Amino acid sequence: MPGKAPIHKAHPPEVKRGAIRGGVKDPTAPIKLHEPEQQLTVDENTTAVWAKVQLARHPERPKTLDYIKRYCPDFMELHGDRRFADDPAIVGGLADFAGRTVMIIGQQKGKDTRENIARNFGMPTPEGYRKALRLFQQAEKFGFPVITFIDTPGAYPGLQSEERSVAQAIAENLLVLSQLRTPVIAIVIGEGGSGGALAIGLADRILMLENSIYSVASPEASASILWHDSAKAPIAASTMRITAQDLLELGVIDEIIPEPEGGAHTDPLTTADAVKAVILRHLEIIETLLATEPEAMETLLNQRYNKFRKMGVWEE
Amino acid sequence: MKQNNNEHKGENDQHHHFFKRKTINQTRPQTREIAEDLWIKCPKCYELAYVKEHEKNFRVCQKCKYHYRLRWQDRVKCVLDADSWVEVNAELRTADPLKFANEGEIYPDKIAQTRKKSGINESLVTGFGTVDGRPMAVAIADFAFLGASMGSVFGEKLVRLVELCIENRWPLLTVSASGGARMHEGILSLMQMAKTTAALSRLGQARLPHFSLLTDPCYGGVTASYAMIADVTLAEPGAMIGFAGPRVIEQTTRQKLPAGFQTAEFLLEHGMIDKVVNRRDLHHTLSTLAKLYAEVKVQETRPVLSLSPRLVRNEEMRHAG
Repeated sequence: MPGKAPIHKAHPPEVKRGAIRGGVKDPTAPIKLHEPEQQLTVDENTTAVWAKVQLARHPERPKTLDYIKRYCPDFMELHGDRRFADDPAIVGGLADFAGRTVMIIGQQKGKDTRENIARNFGMPTPEGYRKALRLFQQAEKFGFPVITFIDTPGAYPGLQSEERSVAQAIAENLLVLSQLRTPVIAIVIGEGGSGGALAIGLADRILMLENSIYSVASPEASASILWHDSAKAPIAASTMRITAQDLLELGVIDEIIPEPEGGAHTDPLTTADAVKAVILRHLEIIETLLATEPEAMETLLNQRYNKFRKMGVWEE
Repeated sequence: MKQNNNEHKGENDQHHHFFKRKTINQTRPQTREIAEDLWIKCPKCYELAYVKEHEKNFRVCQKCKYHYRLRWQDRVKCVLDADSWVEVNAELRTADPLKFANEGEIYPDKIAQTRKKSGINESLVTGFGTVDGRPMAVAIADFAFLGASMGSVFGEKLVRLVELCIENRWPLLTVSASGGARMHEGILSLMQMAKTTAALSRLGQARLPHFSLLTDPCYGGVTASYAMIADVTLAEPGAMIGFAGPRVIEQTTRQKLPAGFQTAEFLLEHGMIDKVVNRRDLHHTLSTLAKLYAEVKVQETRPVLSLSPRLVRNEEMRHAG
């Protein structure tokens, strides 16, 4: 990893206004670190970014199945990767979406500890990605648009994940999505953590909810890599530019979907309807394209390719 | 980067615990000073080797067969025919999209230092040459440049090389080693996974083969993208390959990891790669692959994306192979 920088033991930092808290409820309180005597001094921007991180991870924040239930009471969930197991951290299946059949796939976090343990905290194993792969290919076969909901801290880092190569599973999804002959729309609804998020996020449109985050590594992992101190996650969060607003500026996403004041969890139904309206608008644009041109699928795939082809910044 | 290498080797030592440290230093304390440019000591078994001999053996320890990490120049030598290498897009340089500052140290300064130390502009070196007379494009990740982390330039150079392959109908060899994504470029580094993999899907549509060689160490975004979706995936003996590093896995899951976990041999056993290749057999293996895949019977089935205009500049190179 880059940034195996020497450990910077900061001078005993003072508490200033803007110090932030690891908990969820009160983003303005002083942060609670592993070593209680150590406090983190941060600027206003960092405080604001960390508040967003807390909102993105809020236990009551609507999860993938909440959106699906709102859109389609007759959701037909499909289980299993047909190779090894069914991963409850990724859900997928068929739904009626404003009069058309769509394939919806998303990571599923829980709302409490019990649910989170059952869902592995939304951290998929290779089986989850291979279930998604199966459903992508089925969607292509029948021409169903694919809608993905991204909400994961990342792929599960475990012995079994490595034995069955979660890396290969992610890579294969990227390969297949890059040439999937049906529209793909991805929405980051909470936490977009690393390759585990991207594995269902190579899409024609990438949307983000206002208080969601999307990053190359979680703030904790970034802080651990950069400073060997995961307690500096809030600083990593602002340094790494992970908010929806940052990603729009960096040209990675297409649109930010506004949330009700106070965050999506204060009014899940309004949030879900706002998300639906934006998905529908983009889907209809793509469907119009596909209906009008004879070689339209090629055009769509070229657009998808070029979208990612131009990502990155360099000098020559 | 020397420091980083050592750190990483420390992590791997558990997999070579059967090679107990010998007390060469203590019995012959003067050896190390004499050794500086004539002798080299294997970091795994502490066997001494004569440097010239060591280079002739492609930097493989003759006693324990430890495959040393290679700089890109040495990799070119053990892959391509002598003097056939032509580098492309070497001038691409890193920008600073996030205005990244790490406690006073800004990213452009870090890059400048690394450039000076490593002698290259970025962690991925791309070019082409021949293997037993057959053309092959080669992308080499050099771990000496910020742990061969994948950022914007890495992704762009790889994609341009893929486009060059499509234009000239060359097979592609990627030689990967990486600590993962370049943190300093944030989300743009993550997107290089999508960008490179999408480009390789185009290579596949053009019915051109991608050979992937995984070398020590290969982790994170590189393993989870282009390096793992090749037509033929090779790895060097003992190379550590995975998504999450062993330390992260142990910390997160408290699982006890088995001996040999994440080695090339472990991946072979679990069906994730095709072959573990000794470095001295590498050239021959690639030559065989180039020959076998030259007999492709299927034509391109779908229109391939029109190539970017800058490739026109590469026109003069196209028949070099």
